[in-house]
Amino acid sequence: MSDTSPQIASAQLGTASVATHEPPRFDWNAPETRRRFAARHRANRRLQIYGLSAIGLAALLIAILVGSLVATGYQSFVQTHVTFEVFVDPAKVDATDPSKGNFRLIVRDSFAAQFPDVTNPRDQRSLTDVMTADAPFIVRDQVVADPSLIGQRVRVTMPVSDAFDQLQKGVTPRDVPETQRKVNDKQIAWFDTLVERGQITVPFNTALFVSADSRFPELAGLAGAIVGSFYALLVCFLISFPVGIAAAVYLEEFARKGRWSDILEVNINNLAAVPSVVFGLLGLAVFLGFFGLPRSTPLVGGMVLALMTLPTIIIATRSALKAVPPSIREAALGVGASKHQVVLHHVLPLAMPGILTGTIIGMAQALGETAPLLLIGMNAFITSPPGGILESATALPTQIFIWADSPERGFVSRTSAAILVLIGFLIAMNLVAVILRKRFERRW
Amino acid sequence: MSVYLLLILIGLPLAGFLFARRQAVAMVGGGSSLHSLPDFHGAYVAAWTGIPATLLVVLWIALQGPVLDQAVFASLPDDFRDAVENQSLVIAEIHSVADGRIFGEPAPEVRAAAERLQTWRSIASWSMVAVAAAAALAGLVVTRSRLAPAFRARHRVEDVLSGLMVVCSVIAVLTTLGILLSLVFESVRFFARVPWYEFLFGLNWEPQIAIRSDQVAGLGSFGAVPVFLGTVVIAVIAMLVATPIGLLSAIYLTEFASPRFRAIAKPSLEILAGIPTVVYGFFAVLTVAPALRIAGTWVGLDVAPNSALAAGSVMGLMIIPFISSLSDDALAAVPQSMRDGSAALGATKSETIVKVLLPAALPGIMGGVLLAVSRAIGETMIVVMAAGLIAKMTLNPFDSVTTVTVQIVTLLIGDTEFDSPKTLAAFGLGLVLFISTLCLNVLALRIVQKYREQYE
Repeated sequence: MSDTSPQIASAQLGTASVATHEPPRFDWNAPETRRRFAARHRANRRLQIYGLSAIGLAALLIAILVGSLVATGYQSFVQTHVTFEVFVDPAKVDATDPSKGNFRLIVRDSFAAQFPDVTNPRDQRSLTDVMTADAPFIVRDQVVADPSLIGQRVRVTMPVSDAFDQLQKGVTPRDVPETQRKVNDKQIAWFDTLVERGQITVPFNTALFVSADSRFPELAGLAGAIVGSFYALLVCFLISFPVGIAAAVYLEEFARKGRWSDILEVNINNLAAVPSVVFGLLGLAVFLGFFGLPRSTPLVGGMVLALMTLPTIIIATRSALKAVPPSIREAALGVGASKHQVVLHHVLPLAMPGILTGTIIGMAQALGETAPLLLIGMNAFITSPPGGILESATALPTQIFIWADSPERGFVSRTSAAILVLIGFLIAMNLVAVILRKRFERRW
Repeated sequence: MSVYLLLILIGLPLAGFLFARRQAVAMVGGGSSLHSLPDFHGAYVAAWTGIPATLLVVLWIALQGPVLDQAVFASLPDDFRDAVENQSLVIAEIHSVADGRIFGEPAPEVRAAAERLQTWRSIASWSMVAVAAAAALAGLVVTRSRLAPAFRARHRVEDVLSGLMVVCSVIAVLTTLGILLSLVFESVRFFARVPWYEFLFGLNWEPQIAIRSDQVAGLGSFGAVPVFLGTVVIAVIAMLVATPIGLLSAIYLTEFASPRFRAIAKPSLEILAGIPTVVYGFFAVLTVAPALRIAGTWVGLDVAPNSALAAGSVMGLMIIPFISSLSDDALAAVPQSMRDGSAALGATKSETIVKVLLPAALPGIMGGVLLAVSRAIGETMIVVMAAGLIAKMTLNPFDSVTTVTVQIVTLLIGDTEFDSPKTLAAFGLGLVLFISTLCLNVLALRIVQKYREQYE
């Protein structure tokens, strides 16, 4: 195809007519020629503009993606709290066993005491909707931790319920008819009173980083997912790093080139392109089904991720090993080192920055991987961070998936915030990789 | 118990290393010279103390679960066992009772079995520790007795290292084999219930129906053609978005852009490749799908909330960097002499690109596009979040369609039961997915390689 194209090009240029004796003078200024010139240059500019606008479109799409995530997510980094005085009524809590007290009533009465003019029991109940539904447990935990609070008045700060959090943040519009929102006019009036009294604060949302998942968006946090991801990545690293390096060293330095090494090589390249959900099927059938390992655990998740990361690490390690010049190997062999000593003492240390860079990039991919973790059940609803690799857990991307599927309004913003946190981790990892490459990579 | 294990698997080899090294040093004291450095003697003993014991423990842990399950099931009273329809359900119940998670009223036989399971588990664990300790000690004693000044410890250690490296490189092959075997094995079980031609050519996909126990599975409810069709529709939309944008930006970056612009634009495009797919999925649900719906009402089109267009176009966005970097490579690999020749004939840049470079780079670009198609087919999270669940025979991009990967995930989420055709169907789909992406990848790599040879 390529050998015909110059002919096509020259035919178009109109320079093919050559006279035998006296070449006719080509009139460069003929209107016909100028038109053709102009048209060809326009075509040139057009292609340039198409290219530029393709890049512009891609950039615009990135901007919309990031923009929409930031626009919905930033609100979850703060959380509306309400502060009020709770009277821990000794009649309702037994000092010998404080955890059995009727905290629901304590909280309701204390909160109702903020509005002495609200006496109707139905209104009082609808008043408690302002607080998070977990309010009794928040107070209970404080009292259990410090039983001397019984009989005292305690200032308690707790999140407001999601509906009011959204109201305070302006997500829920106030000017729609009452029937179309979750909060009624009365509740809004009470809430505004609280705002006027200064009982409503909007501090930084530490719960997002220290709490685990919850059914209530105002309480849900990422701690469980972060710890789960950490354990899964730890398992993934502990398996894929040594195995990947060993396999790459074998293929690059020891294996005789032949059929077997070709099979291995093709295999690794193909493994790198296998869809991630297929790895999930492998984990489900082999690790869970055949070996009976516990479901939903970072151990199994990490093992599946390790198999996925292995090709990345092997390929990166091989190219890092290739970059070490043969003179180093020859010099070491020349002073009497064995082949293993050459690799362990000289080649591997020199290749290490490249290997580490590749490994970090592989780990970053593993951190964002979702589908295989869904198949092995790391999308369970778990309200406490896992204590080890054998406990049920979620991971950051699966937590994002769970929240994205939750119908409550507050979870939309939480999902975006979780994505921002995940992307933050990814950027940090990639930065480390870039710095590593810049600082330590040697060129020979 | 894990403390003992750690002690055996790490402490004993360490002790062996130190002892053997001291022994080797002591041997030099006798006036004879060592063949290998003392460290190699130590490493030799440590390797044979630690590695067999570790392998034994890993194997034991892997096999203990299934073996105990079978033993416990076999130990159930005969009449109880015969009445059981579903073996794995009973085993799961025994497990949860043994772990202290009791739901409802388990049968007395189950309680007894759970107690047996607990005792057997602790017996098995302790015997594992004992066996590991025995193996480690045996290795220690035998290898230490072989140490001598002339002993070629370095060679032995290097043999062990080579062996370990071979094992590690075989893991990649084992992974492929594991994928293939598990997919084929479960698919065979699936095709035993649903004939394969029903699956591949049937037009009706309603896997949820088969879960009802009063209904015979198969016969029309596992025809995967609508699922395949949906996958193709979404992949085509993705490619229609990604190919022009990716190719045009690659052309601009290689042929028109200044080095400075290129240095900024190329990594920025590659950001797209680093974003996790779950993020794209949420972006599709949060922004793209509602936007398309609103745009649809303006034009007077009825766009489904989880339309193929939304999922496909976001997938296209994800694939852009893929296509652009592969086309970039292909264009850059065209020899400079061809550009120069074209310019010498008076062609403009765009004429050179369209008539010389693109035809020359076409195989490379085609390879890249094929790789991108395989990515689009295998992509999971975007479609799980943004595409539909119900299989429809439609080519309408504004309608909701489902894909192979969506079905795999929805059939398997929250389901550990392997016996129903519903979950087995997921493995059948997985096999189709694996084979088709594999073929695409092999084909793409072939094309790219063949083309590369032409110019090098």
